[in-house]
Amino acid sequence: MSRLQIETPGRAQTVLNGLYQDMHRRISASSPGLCPVDMALNFLRFCHAQSCGKCVPCRVGLGQLESLIEQVLERTATLETIDLIEDTAQVIADSSDCAIGYEAAYMVLKGVRGFREDYEEHVLNGRCICGLSHPVPCVSTCPAHVDIPGYIALIREGHYEEALELIRKDNPFPAVCAYVCEHPCELHCRRQMVDDSVNICGLKRFAVDHAKPAQAPSPAPATGKTVAVIGGGPGGLTAAYYLALMGHSVTVYEQRPQLGGMLRYGIPNYRLPLEILDKDLAYILSAGIQVHTGVSVGTDLSVEELQQRYDAVYIAIGAHSDKKLHLEGEEAQGVYSAVRLLRDIGEGRVPDFSGKRICVIGGGNVSMDATRTAKRLGAASVQCIYRRRLEDMTALEEEIQAAMAEGCEIVTLEAPSRIETDGNGQVTALWTQPQHIGPYNGKNRPNPVKADLPERRFPCDAIIVAIGQSIVTKPFEAIGVTVSRGTIQADLSSSIPGLGNLFAGGDAVSGPATVIKAVAAGKVAADNIDSFFGYHHRISCGVEIPPAHFTNTPPCGRVNLKQHCTPHCVGDFRLVSEGMTPEEALQEASRCLRCDHFGYGSFKGGRNREW
Amino acid sequence: MVTCTIDNKTFQVPEGTTIMEAARKVQIQIPHLCYLKDLNEIAACRVCCVEVEGEHAMVTACNSPVRDGMVVHTNSPRARRTRKINVELILSQHDCRCATCVRSGNCRLQTLANDLGIHDSPYEEQLPKGLRKAWTTTYPLYHDYNKCIKCMRCIQVCDKIQDMHIWDVAGTGGRTTIDVSGNRVIKDSDCTLCGQCIIHCPVAGLRERDDTAKLYEALADPEKVTVVQVAPAVRTAWCEAFGLPRREGTIGKMAAALRRLGFDHVYDTTFGADLTIMEEANEFLERFSKGDTREYPMFTSCCPGWVRFLKGQYPELTSQLSTSKSPQQMFGAMAKTWLAEKLGVEPEKVYCVSIMPCLAKKAECALPTMRTVHGPDVDLSLTTREFIRMLRADHLDPALLPEEPLDDPMGTFTGAGTIFGATGGVMEAALRTAYAKLMGKNPDPDYFAAIRTGPALREATYTLGGKELRCAVVSGLGNTRKLIRALKRKEVHYDFVEVMACPGGCAGGGGQPIPQHDEEFQEVRGKQLYRLDAENPLRYSHENPQIQRLYREFLGEPLSSKAEELLHTDHFGWKI
Repeated sequence: MSRLQIETPGRAQTVLNGLYQDMHRRISASSPGLCPVDMALNFLRFCHAQSCGKCVPCRVGLGQLESLIEQVLERTATLETIDLIEDTAQVIADSSDCAIGYEAAYMVLKGVRGFREDYEEHVLNGRCICGLSHPVPCVSTCPAHVDIPGYIALIREGHYEEALELIRKDNPFPAVCAYVCEHPCELHCRRQMVDDSVNICGLKRFAVDHAKPAQAPSPAPATGKTVAVIGGGPGGLTAAYYLALMGHSVTVYEQRPQLGGMLRYGIPNYRLPLEILDKDLAYILSAGIQVHTGVSVGTDLSVEELQQRYDAVYIAIGAHSDKKLHLEGEEAQGVYSAVRLLRDIGEGRVPDFSGKRICVIGGGNVSMDATRTAKRLGAASVQCIYRRRLEDMTALEEEIQAAMAEGCEIVTLEAPSRIETDGNGQVTALWTQPQHIGPYNGKNRPNPVKADLPERRFPCDAIIVAIGQSIVTKPFEAIGVTVSRGTIQADLSSSIPGLGNLFAGGDAVSGPATVIKAVAAGKVAADNIDSFFGYHHRISCGVEIPPAHFTNTPPCGRVNLKQHCTPHCVGDFRLVSEGMTPEEALQEASRCLRCDHFGYGSFKGGRNREW
Repeated sequence: MVTCTIDNKTFQVPEGTTIMEAARKVQIQIPHLCYLKDLNEIAACRVCCVEVEGEHAMVTACNSPVRDGMVVHTNSPRARRTRKINVELILSQHDCRCATCVRSGNCRLQTLANDLGIHDSPYEEQLPKGLRKAWTTTYPLYHDYNKCIKCMRCIQVCDKIQDMHIWDVAGTGGRTTIDVSGNRVIKDSDCTLCGQCIIHCPVAGLRERDDTAKLYEALADPEKVTVVQVAPAVRTAWCEAFGLPRREGTIGKMAAALRRLGFDHVYDTTFGADLTIMEEANEFLERFSKGDTREYPMFTSCCPGWVRFLKGQYPELTSQLSTSKSPQQMFGAMAKTWLAEKLGVEPEKVYCVSIMPCLAKKAECALPTMRTVHGPDVDLSLTTREFIRMLRADHLDPALLPEEPLDDPMGTFTGAGTIFGATGGVMEAALRTAYAKLMGKNPDPDYFAAIRTGPALREATYTLGGKELRCAVVSGLGNTRKLIRALKRKEVHYDFVEVMACPGGCAGGGGQPIPQHDEEFQEVRGKQLYRLDAENPLRYSHENPQIQRLYREFLGEPLSSKAEELLHTDHFGWKI
């Protein structure tokens, strides 16, 4: 017999490895609103099963913690039991030999400290504080609460116009969102328990690409109330659209020559073709909204004037200013702000990067937009410089992949330190200080730490700074709007406390976020402005939702959209992603588990027919 | 129409019909537990699972529509196994001590388990213990966590029919249960005690507080003179439990039964109803002519569930309630004064019991405002169900009992008082007497018949003595809330509104017998009351000779100071 052999896992281990993956996906698909104490107990049981059994704290202690938490849930515990849980967990965390023990104990400690009131409620009243408020995972995680199972069912039956009509009940930007939504709806999709989340965004795109044009429904009888919306981006136009449907007279003031905000002036055409944006704009405007473009509120027109002329004013100005690096040489020729660069392109002022070497600074989605745009503008090389690791970038994974596929370089762990210029004030290089990745310091991302290495020089002809956006708050501060950390302070109903008929929402309030969050904010504002006027208009949709199929399709791969990313994209601003084929769309739609019908959805909260 | 095949029978049904309903059309009863047509089609119990050819998993019959060409097997080996194991799982979390269960013999789970031949379950019993199963023993409504099978019907009835949202799912995972919503306890909730959750519960998860022991104690006490009154709606339903035709459950047989239980004096709440009409009709005419009903109507106050609703949901309208006590309370007040005097007993020795179709009556008779110096008007209120259980305990079969008369003088009643037990009845009876008072002559007894039938919310306008009288009748609290919202928004205006908390009025009351097969009996029970009204030679409360005598001998006239003292109440005198 040979001394060494190739090791192969046994059958049980192979199956178990599969089960680990099943559990991994299952945890991702957890609905919000579950009992945190019950969850903590069951995580602990899993951890305990991983114990090798050598050491006391882990072998015995975790089991004792289980029975103590069980007592809490069985209502046989006292408040002292919670203290005992905490003390025991602390000792296990402090004295376990390996991570199996101490990390399990830390999880218990996080829970008992993080949701102690849930523990107490169980002890004192035998109840949970939590509650399943919305049982359909995709609908609950969509900021605008679009009826996703409803429209997927309609797509499955080939009713594309009706699918869009249903989406527009909650989101008047179905076309835009079909192309650029970050789709948080897919995050907790229950289909992950089976195989993978449904490609919701891709299905919506299929409906958008195949539906015939439609017109907005006729508005409710005119109320005589007037609303001014400052900003013609997704948030402002969402509010304008629903307020118009409610019968109010709405006027939108847009600073730029055309409507769309960041959708037009921030997102490159290869991700969102302008004709797609125009589809949504045409539909929204068909609800009967007055638009004044090229009017800058604060300069051409004062906010007070609007407040006096209109019964309500909604501030939806977005975040269109840029953040500065505050580095030596930042004012040099050849240094661009990403926001301004993309806006200039949107307005037809396209810089010539032919043959130039470009450095982009930043790791977010705007940085990727700038990187890929620079490539298309003919740059000889594009290097995206980021101070953390690739996995710490806030840009979507697929955007980073696409940039790399298009021949851009992502340079990580380099923090910009200064900008080098020649005698004419023209950029010649970006100097950086190398970093290494460091501790978490209690945050979600580890911090970069200055590495003991010399500065690096990246020779370049232009630098694009994409490290974040800011909000132009001055004209609003002047009339008494509170601004904190650069954002306008409005409450959760979007009204601005103490300023009467003034409301605000979207990026201007939340800081730079996503289209769908701006849409959600617009919806909230429309509802609250309507209530402010003393009305209770309801937005509904009469589309009939096809009944669910009886049983679900067996495990099946998720259809992902093909991306045409190649280094030969110079000068090519055409759309890079390819929509599903009818065959793919039908299969993908059939993967939806119809949580509106199966499970809790058939009992409570499965469908909101109006808001 | 779509064609389907169920258990080898091929037939057509309209599109959208569920497998459950389709099967019913060809006399195939698919076993089920949580399903309640139109109200609870949530496929929670999984008992109705059937096998559909071409589907890889079992399909629930209650909420899955029939598809064209579908082939269904309700008794395939897989369907049988699914059904049986799911019932066994339910049984493992159910307190199966059927011998001591109030619903034994009328329990869906018991029937189902027996029918499926489950005599032994392989699963360990898992029941909440200690504080996790604790519930107050003093509240009229009792929730048994160990009997509850989480079918969610109570939640649906309370949400969709009564719009009160008292019940909700509490917790997640294996400890999920049904509890009072919003982490409240029942005593602090705004529960109206309508009892609709009880009569829609398939098991004994919900029931009334059983007060029969208190009655047995009183009956055994030689010092006490026991007086019993029976509400009109009870006679339409009590015989259901004994398999007797509805018409044969007469008040005469009931009188015989009550005497055999040991009551000293047997009367009819209908006498109290006639008295309520005398007071309420006169009160209404007075308030109407004073302009009291110009903004909001006068509301009837005989339904304690409704009074609890109004005080809990719209306390600002409390003053619109008629101050006249309910028939139960008026009867009690007279039993302890006028009757005690007639019987020559001290009022304190009179023990007044009522048999009611109602749960809220248990709370009403215990109100601090419903008593005099002689103690509470009514000492004990029992539901129809408790009454039936007492008959069973004393092996009294109504079929074998003779017809016996009620005692004098509070055993004489009119048809007008009888229809109190059906929605619209109070309004109609009051209008008959109000008409007579205003016009100086009786109307035709069926003059106001229009208000008897129709949707749950009905309205009618009558011109009496040149004045227009706008009336509305509503039953069910969901409907009631809609009515009150409309009133508050000034979309409607009425002068007089009758409200009954239970759909169909007391006939469908929360204290009535629970039908064996999820039927709704309020309508047929109500019709029986109208039949009794038609058969009664006395059709007007003011023509009840004993009522006339009561006023002559004791009260003087309606709304006299004595009547105000004994027969009217202060709705502000207690808090919900």
